Amino acid sequence: MSIILFKAILVVLLFLISLGIAAYSTYAERKVAAFLQDRIGPDRAGPFGLLQPIADGVKMFLKEEIIPTMSDKFLFILGPSVFMVTTLMVSAVIPWGMPLEFGGETYALQVADINIGILYVLGVVSLGVYGIMIGGWASNNKYALLGAIRASSQMISYELAMGMSVVAILLMTNGSLSINNIVEAQGTGKLYGFINVSGMNWNVFYQPVAFLIFLICAFAEANRTPFDLPESESELIGGFHTEYSSMKLGLYLFGEYINMFISSAIIACLFFGGYNFPGIDYLGTILPHNMVSIISVLVMFGKIFFFIFLFMWVRWTIPRFRYDQLMRLGWQILMPIAIVNVLLTAAAITLFGN
Amino acid sequence: MQLTNRSKVVTQPEMTWVEKLYLPAIFSGLQITIKHLFRKKATLKYPEVKKEFASVYRGMHVLKRDEQGRENCTACGLCAVSCPAEAITMDAAERKKGEEHLYREEKYAAKYEINMLRCIYCGLCEEACPKDAIYLTDRIVPSEYTRGEFVFGKDMLVEKIDDRVDVSKRKKEYSI
Repeated sequence: MSIILFKAILVVLLFLISLGIAAYSTYAERKVAAFLQDRIGPDRAGPFGLLQPIADGVKMFLKEEIIPTMSDKFLFILGPSVFMVTTLMVSAVIPWGMPLEFGGETYALQVADINIGILYVLGVVSLGVYGIMIGGWASNNKYALLGAIRASSQMISYELAMGMSVVAILLMTNGSLSINNIVEAQGTGKLYGFINVSGMNWNVFYQPVAFLIFLICAFAEANRTPFDLPESESELIGGFHTEYSSMKLGLYLFGEYINMFISSAIIACLFFGGYNFPGIDYLGTILPHNMVSIISVLVMFGKIFFFIFLFMWVRWTIPRFRYDQLMRLGWQILMPIAIVNVLLTAAAITLFGN
Repeated sequence: MQLTNRSKVVTQPEMTWVEKLYLPAIFSGLQITIKHLFRKKATLKYPEVKKEFASVYRGMHVLKRDEQGRENCTACGLCAVSCPAEAITMDAAERKKGEEHLYREEKYAAKYEINMLRCIYCGLCEEACPKDAIYLTDRIVPSEYTRGEFVFGKDMLVEKIDDRVDVSKRKKEYSI
């Protein structure tokens, strides 16, 4: 099997998994919301309502497609497309598991191990703003424009703190930007230099503050509560997707859930050791290599699902910020803390070594 | 002037540093919501499971028949008099020969109407009835399209012979 064929299969698989997880995130969101409010949630379509996403998808496709007459038709269609494409693009640099081995050749479970991985992630994620901005502008609707402006200013503000919190991680991996390197570094070495559990050397134990900042910024980037001001239903009707209908609206909603999935994957990679799990070395001695790889993929997805659950859990716990509070949090609190964190990390590394 | 000792001074103290972090508050909030994840769910799967009405529930009225299928009501008018909403009207008529199997006593209600929009479901008609004729049941008044349709006549109120309404729970035994 040539490496190109393997990558092609991986790309298609990732695409399908992203869409599948996004579809079932909508279901999970409704279920989690229901459970947290002592309800049952959707349970009519299929066993436990498991066919609900399909019913929702069919509904979305069959809805009437409305393009406002006063809107810019080209941009109106471009908006959701850009949003969807950018959200899907991020998954390319995430290592989903340990490399597989077939006939002496290794196949990395990562579409592209580019050496600027995390930079690519930050870049593509900020491109996602264009999808929202274009969509909101092209709608020719005051609410949509307000939502789009809120979204873009919010995402730009929080990207700074996000980038700063990532810098602290990069300092710990000798400045390597490749996500693969970051994940591998968390699988080797002893925790705090003396606790010897293989695959447990996670960044979150060294950088809890950076993790917290990154998590908060990930909420803001994914436009989730408590930072869902761009689409706050109670103030802006639907925000930037007020004028959208049918599958174009579906793409926006879908994109948000894929965003959530990708954000969870990145959090898992940067702070929770990616596919590493305690005892990964020991398992490697008693099981065939590919078996361990598959287990590592499952562990990775377990971590991702936990963070997706965390996203939902927080959504149904905390109310929405006021806009000035949001900006104050981003610029006056998270930014300084992130910068101080970077300085402290750098000082600690200079003084004590790694 | 102090009237009671129960008055409290309202204060808005400055938040401490820990409180300003908001994180402890958020974590305690998360704890509360996660507890609800494992609570017993309050939902009833409605069409399959129906919530039982309380035995004192007062819904749509029924005009009872006796064991032989004869109407109990003698059109005495006590229910109409007792009705605080003035929702009940009736016309009395005399029982003819050969109608003994339809009406229990010599007088009966030829017309018996309750305006369901006026009715306040207090149950005083049931209290007033000396003939065990009118009862409030746990049935829900059906919805209609016009106001006129809410004036229910005997066709809606008298129980069907082959579809009797069980009011045994609401029957009260009085003893003097």
